[in-house]
Amino acid sequence: MSQNKTAPADVEETQVSKNRFHGLWALTHRDLKKWYQNPVVFILGIIQPVLWLALLGKAMNIGAIFSSASMPPMPQQLVATLTAQQQQLLSGWLGGLQSQIMTSTFNTGDYFSFMAMGMVAFVTVFTTAFTGMSVVWDRRLGFMNKVLSTPVARSTIVVSKVISAAIRSVFQAAIVTVIAYLLGLQLGANFTVFSVLGVFAIVFLIGIGLSSMFTAITLRTTRMETPQAIFNLVTLPLMFASSAYFPTNLMPSWLKAIADVNPISYTLDAVRRLMIFSNGYSGLVTDFVYVGAFAAVVTAICIVLSWRFLNK
Amino acid sequence: MNQAENVIEVEGLTKVFNHSLTAVDHIDFSVKHGEIFGFLGPNGAGKTTTISMLITVLKPTSGTATILGGDIAKQSLDVRNAIGVVPQEYTADEDLTGYENILLCADLYGIPRSISKKRALDLLQLVELTAFKDKRVQTYSGGMRRRLELACGLINRPKVLFLDEPTLGLDVQTRAATWNYVKMLKKQFGMTLFLTTHYLEEADALCDRIAIIDHGKIVVIGTPSALKDSLGGDIITLSIQKDADITDIISEIEHVKEVKKENASYIIKSSNGELTAPLIIEALRKNGYVVTKLSLTKPTLNEVYLQYTGKSMRDAEESRENVFKQRAAVRRARQ
Ligand SMILES: Nc1ncnc2c1ncn2[C@@H]1O[C@H](COP(=O)(O)OP(=O)(O)O)[C@@H](O)[C@H]1O
Ligand SMILES: [Mg+2]
Repeated sequence: MSQNKTAPADVEETQVSKNRFHGLWALTHRDLKKWYQNPVVFILGIIQPVLWLALLGKAMNIGAIFSSASMPPMPQQLVATLTAQQQQLLSGWLGGLQSQIMTSTFNTGDYFSFMAMGMVAFVTVFTTAFTGMSVVWDRRLGFMNKVLSTPVARSTIVVSKVISAAIRSVFQAAIVTVIAYLLGLQLGANFTVFSVLGVFAIVFLIGIGLSSMFTAITLRTTRMETPQAIFNLVTLPLMFASSAYFPTNLMPSWLKAIADVNPISYTLDAVRRLMIFSNGYSGLVTDFVYVGAFAAVVTAICIVLSWRFLNK
Repeated sequence: MNQAENVIEVEGLTKVFNHSLTAVDHIDFSVKHGEIFGFLGPNGAGKTTTISMLITVLKPTSGTATILGGDIAKQSLDVRNAIGVVPQEYTADEDLTGYENILLCADLYGIPRSISKKRALDLLQLVELTAFKDKRVQTYSGGMRRRLELACGLINRPKVLFLDEPTLGLDVQTRAATWNYVKMLKKQFGMTLFLTTHYLEEADALCDRIAIIDHGKIVVIGTPSALKDSLGGDIITLSIQKDADITDIISEIEHVKEVKKENASYIIKSSNGELTAPLIIEALRKNGYVVTKLSLTKPTLNEVYLQYTGKSMRDAEESRENVFKQRAAVRRARQ
């Protein structure tokens, strides 16, 4: 026994922490550490968006539908009646028509670029939905129990979850963007390095909002099935009722109504304006205000719920 | 704080789950400064529920409790700052090392790193985990995990330490070692301890006072020896060579309270077994009987337990199996 050697040398009283947010970074960092120290989770998190980019973005390339390669050759009788110059004009007009259809629909000539930015929202939704699971894990494994018995504020516990999810979302979004760029993302005319920072900012905000939502839902849950069911129930509608895959103005009116209030649509509008659109930054303020307000309101709700419901 | 004052005072504490299951039923008790107070009861008796309310994690349905004068409902933050908790389950983060886990605990109490680093190392040494401090908790054995939990529970220098089934699921040796740690820690830090257990030996070996709890109610409170004495003393079992009735002879002897014949042997209750046994042999020899077998048993908490809860140790053993299963399930879930 080491009884004598280790008699308490520092006899200072434990001072009660004056900082109301103590433990916030400790808890946030714990979550992040579990993420970056686990190579499997880390790599899977990267592979997933790559797969989606390749599958949905490249394989289902809508732009290719309108390309001249996919159109039937001009009828021979027509070609015969035209001069060489007329032929050239006509095919030029058809080519222009194709890019015009694309541009008026997607605001960019390239569906892959449109879709790739949609993937930014996709990884954010998946990353934040995972927060709900992590809350349930902490409960099941007893960690939550211990944290609850310490003087850490209830709000700190949920906010740490939310912040770590938002940080992870930004990181995943950055990776998606880099990969999309490598696969041929067409940057908009106004693109600068600051655009990237803007993207990070809006992804951080939507990450805060969505993870607050998922955390609030799982505050009291001890069963793993609940967040999984919610995950399935919420994520897909959340994605499809947004501008992630398709512009909202082409949607049926009921779907458009939902998509037009979906904060993910606003996030993606901002991301696309910053990265791939060339029609200026007007509307960006609305996007940021809307997503910021969404994040603030949902986080506030989550914190209030945590005071009441985050106990054993 | 006044040293003689009660550190924990509980009045009418009650918890009803889902409006139907009364897990803790109007319990009253108090714990004195420097005492090791034990809650002894079978699985499902309401021990964990009681602790959860005292450590402010669970809201009581009714009743009050104060810890170091602080009301668990109204001054929960003060209470949480003053207490240490070692929960029933393993709560350490498996993906972190032992050292990181203790530092994390310290952060949760808002202890600055300048203090907590040294304190964590001291505590690791105290529970003899220094050699493993940089290993992930995943690789720890059950005993090591328990010790780590103990160290975490002490990081804020608590004045009151709550231990919920501190040796649940540990083998006998590790259990005894854990008792030693608990005793040593208590001595070093001068804490008041509240612990729960369903191991009789544990309650006997560790606690100054015991409350036996069953179905959410405290059935009896007292020191282990007082509880045993309340059963009416020692038991002498004896057999003689001849088959004859010697009840009258034995009843005459000093301190004997009761004589019963059971099959070929006699069961004698005495308030002082050591004194009675030689007197019985003496008296029987005088009357021409030869004693062939004699044994003396002091009452154990086992009998106390049986007397007050109507359950024997065997039932408790069964529930221990359940806990093992539960734990194994958690282990599997972690993997
Ligand atoms: N969160 C809960 N919801 C509903 N019932 C519970 C809950 N926690 C405990 N119980 C029930 O309360 C009773 C007491 O449980 P507990 O305090 O854990 O017992 P012990 O710790 O003595 O084994 C048990 O019947 C248990 O099923
Ligand atoms: Mg229990």
